[in-house]
Amino acid sequence: MSANIATMAYIAATILFILSLGGLSNPETSRRGNLFGIVGMTIAVLATVFGPRVTAAGIPWIVGSLVVGGSIGLYAAKKVQMTQMPELVAIMHSLVGLAACLVGFASYIDTSIVLTGAEKTIHEVEIYVGILIGAVTFSGSVIAFGKLSGKIGGKPLLLPARHWLNLAGLLAVIWFGVQFLQAHEINAGLVPLALMTVIALLFGVHMVMAIGGADMPVVVSMLNSYSGWAAAATGFMLSNDLLIVTGALVGSSGAILSYIMCRAMNRNFLSVIAGGFGTGEGAAPAAAGAQPAGEVTPISAVETAEMLRDAKSVIIVPGYGMAVAQAQHTVYEITRLLREKGVNVRFGIHPVAGRMPGHMNVLLAEAKVPYDIVMEMDELNDDFPDTDVSMVIGANDIVNPAAEDDPTSPIAGMPVLQVWKAKTSIVMKRSMASGYAGVDNPLFYKENNRMLFGDAKKMLDEVLVALKA
Amino acid sequence: MPLTIGVPREIFPSEKRVAAVPEVVEKLIKLGFGVCIETGAGAAANFADDTYQAAGARVAASTAELYAGSDMIFKVRAPSPEEIAQMKPGTTLISFIWPAQNPELMQAMAAHKLTVLAIDSLPRQLSRAQKMDALTSMASISGYRAVIEAANAFGRFFNGQITAAGKIPPAKVFIAGAGVAGLAAIGTAANLGAIVRANDTRAEVADQVVSLGGEFVKVDYEEEGSGGGGYAKVMSEGFQKAQREMYAQQARDADIIITTALIPGKPAPKLITAEMVKSMKPGSVIVDMAAEQGGNCELTEPGQAVVRHGVTIIGYTDLASRLAKQSSTLYSTNLLRLTEELCKTKDGVINVNMEDDAIRGLTVVKDGAITWPPPPPKLPAAPPQAKPAAAAAPAKKSGHGHGAGEPASARSLAIIFGVGALLFWLVGAFAPASFLAHFTVFVLACFIGYMVIWNVTPALHTPLMSVTNAISSIIAVGALIQVAPPLAGGTGDRPDALILGLAVLALTLTAINMFGGFAVTRRMLAMFRK
Repeated sequence: MSANIATMAYIAATILFILSLGGLSNPETSRRGNLFGIVGMTIAVLATVFGPRVTAAGIPWIVGSLVVGGSIGLYAAKKVQMTQMPELVAIMHSLVGLAACLVGFASYIDTSIVLTGAEKTIHEVEIYVGILIGAVTFSGSVIAFGKLSGKIGGKPLLLPARHWLNLAGLLAVIWFGVQFLQAHEINAGLVPLALMTVIALLFGVHMVMAIGGADMPVVVSMLNSYSGWAAAATGFMLSNDLLIVTGALVGSSGAILSYIMCRAMNRNFLSVIAGGFGTGEGAAPAAAGAQPAGEVTPISAVETAEMLRDAKSVIIVPGYGMAVAQAQHTVYEITRLLREKGVNVRFGIHPVAGRMPGHMNVLLAEAKVPYDIVMEMDELNDDFPDTDVSMVIGANDIVNPAAEDDPTSPIAGMPVLQVWKAKTSIVMKRSMASGYAGVDNPLFYKENNRMLFGDAKKMLDEVLVALKA
Repeated sequence: MPLTIGVPREIFPSEKRVAAVPEVVEKLIKLGFGVCIETGAGAAANFADDTYQAAGARVAASTAELYAGSDMIFKVRAPSPEEIAQMKPGTTLISFIWPAQNPELMQAMAAHKLTVLAIDSLPRQLSRAQKMDALTSMASISGYRAVIEAANAFGRFFNGQITAAGKIPPAKVFIAGAGVAGLAAIGTAANLGAIVRANDTRAEVADQVVSLGGEFVKVDYEEEGSGGGGYAKVMSEGFQKAQREMYAQQARDADIIITTALIPGKPAPKLITAEMVKSMKPGSVIVDMAAEQGGNCELTEPGQAVVRHGVTIIGYTDLASRLAKQSSTLYSTNLLRLTEELCKTKDGVINVNMEDDAIRGLTVVKDGAITWPPPPPKLPAAPPQAKPAAAAAPAKKSGHGHGAGEPASARSLAIIFGVGALLFWLVGAFAPASFLAHFTVFVLACFIGYMVIWNVTPALHTPLMSVTNAISSIIAVGALIQVAPPLAGGTGDRPDALILGLAVLALTLTAINMFGGFAVTRRMLAMFRK
């Protein structure tokens, strides 16, 4: 296969990738979109393997790696629980990051590429940047995986003077970069390169450790973005447009997702990355917000079932608690039963509900909830006044009225689902503990709110039994 | 020692309610109390003695036996002097009392060393008091019953119909006073299909009227009528004149008028004059729910239904009692909630905690000392005016899904363009031509990505992440070309084995990603179904 044909194949692959992402605009076309992605990837790999830059000697190695890696990947994809999707995505990001590092090192020590002058400098900068992003992506994703899977505590780890640590790391990276560019031999350049890699790895660890559980959607999408930029940097390094385009697509996708997540929390991207709530500026924001007064009204599972049965329209607002309790199947059973009785049941999904963008949608889809009754926040926020019962399952900050009413609240201005506007709201919660943001939730004290205390799965099972009775 | 709650039969003429229903008796017993009920106490509300027995209550054969064996008394109507005399000194009585209207009764109860909780003296502005608010539950029943009484006396359909025999216009109902009773009446009449109009001096209830299917009629005069604690106050002379004109006009138009206007501690305002009654169509109905406090209509005769100038004027004072089963159930549930507040330990012993705002307000006689009126409650802070300003600020909401919510300001736009121009100039000045070609591709690809991703529906964000993840394993191409490149003009010392090792490892990692990412995306997308 000539170089030109390989290039044309790359263009075809690029187009297929764009179509693949475009297909996700709608669940109907999304399956075909995924297929486009697979075809594009196949074309790209085949064009490379049979292209001018791979000799026959490499084929066994390539086939071997693909078979080994492919089987691991397929096995993982088959076994993973839908509640574990965030972990899977995080660990996959780390693989991309690690691969980018490895390719970068390999490219650096490859003496067959001879460049001089500005081209050499640019090439070395590309290697340096590629490895830097790859290393940050790798270690950051590994930590994100640990946090999401519960192997590392979800609490943000806030080292003293952490901003200065980050700054020092950045300066060191620049200094090593200068050293690296000045090195004339490969062996001399490897030392600053390796040191920079270590710093980048530590930086990735430190960055994600400082971010708390509920900010994970931002982190996961940010790492998604990094993995794309790492691919793009590798593309520059290898002068490969396909990598550049794909990397840019993935990078901007992740960046947009991060932006959407930040906006859904009414927070600045930098402040999310810089660490948990209330640690930046105000010392004790939770105390500043008005403390809601009054008392909560508990409700039993049987009474909940009665209210649901009597309702004409119900909106269910799931949160991370539903995922933790693995309650989505019971939720679906309840939904099905109510829909058979003619109750209009819908789901309201906040953009940052769960631990990654779209987490709740996937869980509900897994439980066979039809996607046309799963609505985005903006689609049904105006419908709450006409709703009889809104049921909040394992969510807190995303339904906090203080975000709208209390300008001093730490989450003021964050768009929230206005569940309290329904005739009755029922909040399922394990205890009265405050949410991730550490803000007390005035919703619990509202007159039309009822609290159903207990484990979400257990309580929903009881509600289901009562509904069937 | 657990206390015994006694529930006597109501002796007030035509009072059919009972202060505890069997369902509540059961719950009281769970709280640790003993319950004793006078024989026949629930008969008028269709609760037989044996249902009480089944719920765990003891049935006392006589009034005297009941009072002698009870430490707490639940009643509906305020006790008569005879009833007080039968109670043991130290008994706790929970009942309607109306302390302002009944000073002698208060003295008698104090003299008998009772502790009295007047359910009508509940500080209603406390939100946690709502569950014990018997005034509200009774008022809403009365409002419902008022419409039913009106319908009974009214000679036509409520809803408009088109029948083979001709078109029937809907009844027009006017409701004066949109308190709890008024709102219940509005809802009931609207559900029956009538055209409902309502008025209240408190302008803030207009939304509630509309939400129940009524139309709010304004008085053509500016004055705010909220008197604190959710009650209305006496209005100025100018307002009253404008109000009378409005009522006169409504009287001419309406088929049914239901009046609910009450001002606490004062006789009911006379809203409907004899003149207005005369102007009404023959066969019209007025239900005067304020009859007990003198009535809102000049011609009302409390406790009776009379016909004046061809208009039926219903002045029943026992509307709630006419729905005895319903009102007994709600009233006794209110008392149960109050008992729960009194007995937080659930051991059948009560603690009349005078530090508690709600209980302090309720307690009108404590151990023989009159404690009414209570000091003003501490809580009615939070004036409603403060709220709209706070709520208005964060109302701004950016649209979801397509691009940034609003265009950036000119200044920030200028900064962005400036920085962009500088960067582009730097790149152009120093980078070699081969880099520029790639850079072009890169920038354009970023824009394509931006456009494409904004179109992705938020529901598919997780599949988006896993598919972009799979696609980013395109980095495999980088590893592939390092595995075994054709060595053309390279220098001899290329560390082939090391590069091969790194490339194969990278390739394996990306393969995991590639296959795993696409497979899991496929699995997820297959689950999305209608």
